[in-house]
Amino acid sequence: MKALIAMSGGVDSSVAAYLIKSQGYDCIGCTMKLYHNEDVGISRSRTCCSLDDVEDARSVAYKIGMPYYVFNFSDGFREKVIEKFVRSYESGATPNPCIDCNRYMKFDKLYERARILGCEYIVTGHYARIEYNGERYILKKALDETKDQSYVLYSLTQEQLSHILFPLGNMKKTEVRKIAEKNGFINAEKPDSQDICFVPNGKYAEFLEYYTGKSYPAGDFLSTDGAVLGKHKGIIRYTVGQHKGLGISTEEPLYVKEIHTEENTVTLCKEQELYSREVIVRDFSWISGVAPRGEIRCKAKVRYRQKEQWATVTPIGETSVKLVFDEPQRATTPGQAAVLYDGDIVFGGGTVVK
Amino acid sequence: MDCTNERRKIYLDNAATTKMSEAAIKAMLPYMDGIYGNPSSLHSVGQEANEALTSARERIAKILGCEPREITFTSGGSEADNQAIISAARLGEKKGKKHIISTAFEHHAVLHTLNKLEKEGFEITLLDVHENGLITAEQVRNAIREDTCLVTMMYANNEIGTVQPIAEIGAVCREKGVLFHTDAVQAVGHLHINVKEQNIDMLSLSAHKFHGPKGVGVLCARKGILLTNLIEGGAQERGKRAGTENIPAIMGMTAALEEACAKIDENAVRLTVLRDKLIVGLSQIPHSVLNGDYGHRLPSNVSFCFEGIEGESLLLLLDDKGICASSGSACTSGSLDPSHVLLAIGRVHDIAHGSLRLSLSEENTEEEIDYTIKAVKEVVAYLRGISPIWRDLVNGKKEFITK
Repeated sequence: MKALIAMSGGVDSSVAAYLIKSQGYDCIGCTMKLYHNEDVGISRSRTCCSLDDVEDARSVAYKIGMPYYVFNFSDGFREKVIEKFVRSYESGATPNPCIDCNRYMKFDKLYERARILGCEYIVTGHYARIEYNGERYILKKALDETKDQSYVLYSLTQEQLSHILFPLGNMKKTEVRKIAEKNGFINAEKPDSQDICFVPNGKYAEFLEYYTGKSYPAGDFLSTDGAVLGKHKGIIRYTVGQHKGLGISTEEPLYVKEIHTEENTVTLCKEQELYSREVIVRDFSWISGVAPRGEIRCKAKVRYRQKEQWATVTPIGETSVKLVFDEPQRATTPGQAAVLYDGDIVFGGGTVVK
Repeated sequence: MDCTNERRKIYLDNAATTKMSEAAIKAMLPYMDGIYGNPSSLHSVGQEANEALTSARERIAKILGCEPREITFTSGGSEADNQAIISAARLGEKKGKKHIISTAFEHHAVLHTLNKLEKEGFEITLLDVHENGLITAEQVRNAIREDTCLVTMMYANNEIGTVQPIAEIGAVCREKGVLFHTDAVQAVGHLHINVKEQNIDMLSLSAHKFHGPKGVGVLCARKGILLTNLIEGGAQERGKRAGTENIPAIMGMTAALEEACAKIDENAVRLTVLRDKLIVGLSQIPHSVLNGDYGHRLPSNVSFCFEGIEGESLLLLLDDKGICASSGSACTSGSLDPSHVLLAIGRVHDIAHGSLRLSLSEENTEEEIDYTIKAVKEVVAYLRGISPIWRDLVNGKKEFITK
């Protein structure tokens, strides 16, 4: 059996490659080149970080003994991930581009390439598990819950799940590093990546201004009853729930409640006003491929680092749902993913609208 | 001739690099353990090495039609290009001349150096290379201004193989009193070159493109042209290129160059037959187009674009069939953007993406060419069969760009 391993140059995908190779698969390693430093405003004089990553991945692939290729997917990445990220920010939302990258690049574009190369499987270093229950594929959280990445994988279809292997799903990060060290991988000690890869140091506003060439005009901060509280520095600088960096001093601390693109205003509120129980989610995909017929009870989370909370879920057509949490949730943010769980099992997910 | 299960290697990427010739390898060996001295040393071991270096310089000068002192050994073509352009710019600057003429499809060693100079305040004119990938001496004449300090044009293009009228351009430059540099990395050892007769002031070459070793090349610069150092240090190469000379590589290069130049005509005849067979074969693929002028092209170069496929996938599947090809020039990441060369000859983005370059050497056989034609046909058909873009083209949802 042939497998195509998506290698980022990090320790996780390197160990994933090693494990799959050890299981006897005929392996090909690859790295997707997703953008050019100059295009996203990373200076050319700085070491090209993505090229360094390519060299790390190549070193590991050769060490394991598999052919290695770099695929240039920068066109698709620009269109499907960066542009969408920009539009989302401009509309006042706070997107999660890693989800789109998984959906459109790793498990779509790369899978297409895998098929061309005659590979049955795509392998990645994600911490999540895929199981087959005799009828269909199930996406489950990683055994190591502290590393679980099932949240960013909710969009996988049955077809995709049947062609994916996540060899790290049952492992702890410490074990992964040990394997890397034991095998002398160049990246055994490399720190985990944190930021969005094309937005260095988390400077979103700078990235957006550089990429679009636009400047985002100042506007009014409003109170919930419409009174002007001060001036904001352009809507792209704010995210729902934000308190720091507003530059407004009031007796009671204020938080971003809503961002209104058309009026170019940002509505602020008190902490307790950030809480709501109801969330509308669109672009929803069910792992099983079909929406449940009626209301279901399950747990849900609306941001990556959040503990799941009980909610009642009502499908609206095939691709939207309404979530009603048992307890009010703080600062549900448009653009983020809402993902539903039954214990370890992922039901599906979508994008928070409001 | 089964194209699917055969384990064989057909190397068709000789514009990227070539296999070293036996003559070159043999010429290098004595200088690794026997004659290992530093040519700058006073003692006899050093003298022996210096003798070898001197003879290599003479032999190369003879082939290029210049004087030995006009030869500067470098680490390769890129360094030679950099040094030639920077030197001409510094000379021009002194006279207040800050205009340089080049083309849009030069090698990056040239283009990036020009970008650097542009940031310093130089003005760069890039001549149109037309759809056939050729410029004329007339274009150069019309572009030369009072303040032009350099014309730099590649002799033969590394991706599409077009050969420029270098002697004519040289004559125009000489007449106008403008320095003329040519990046001849793809041409030396494959075409007859004489820098004096062709009025070439500076020429760059690289050994590994004609079966010599990697990491060594030459900047040939007419005497009287003061070179600017890129590397400071000792007094090697008349003080213009510091660093102990790579004698084994220089000896290998010299032997390779002599061998290649002795066989230019013989090889050209043989390669042209193979090349034309490939061109005819691949032209049968519908919606394909040959890149670069047919008449003025290297005997070794075949460059095609196939509509509706990605060059990257094409290369992977050809590799699987044992065929080593390229979609354009080799690049650090091993992956490619639509090449600036193909964009320069007016290929639109979607077409430029589906490019394939096959560059031959005299070791290739007719049987290999037959196999390659069959394999490319199969792979293109397969990729089109699974391509949604191709489906749209066939259904008429999108319009074909090529015939």
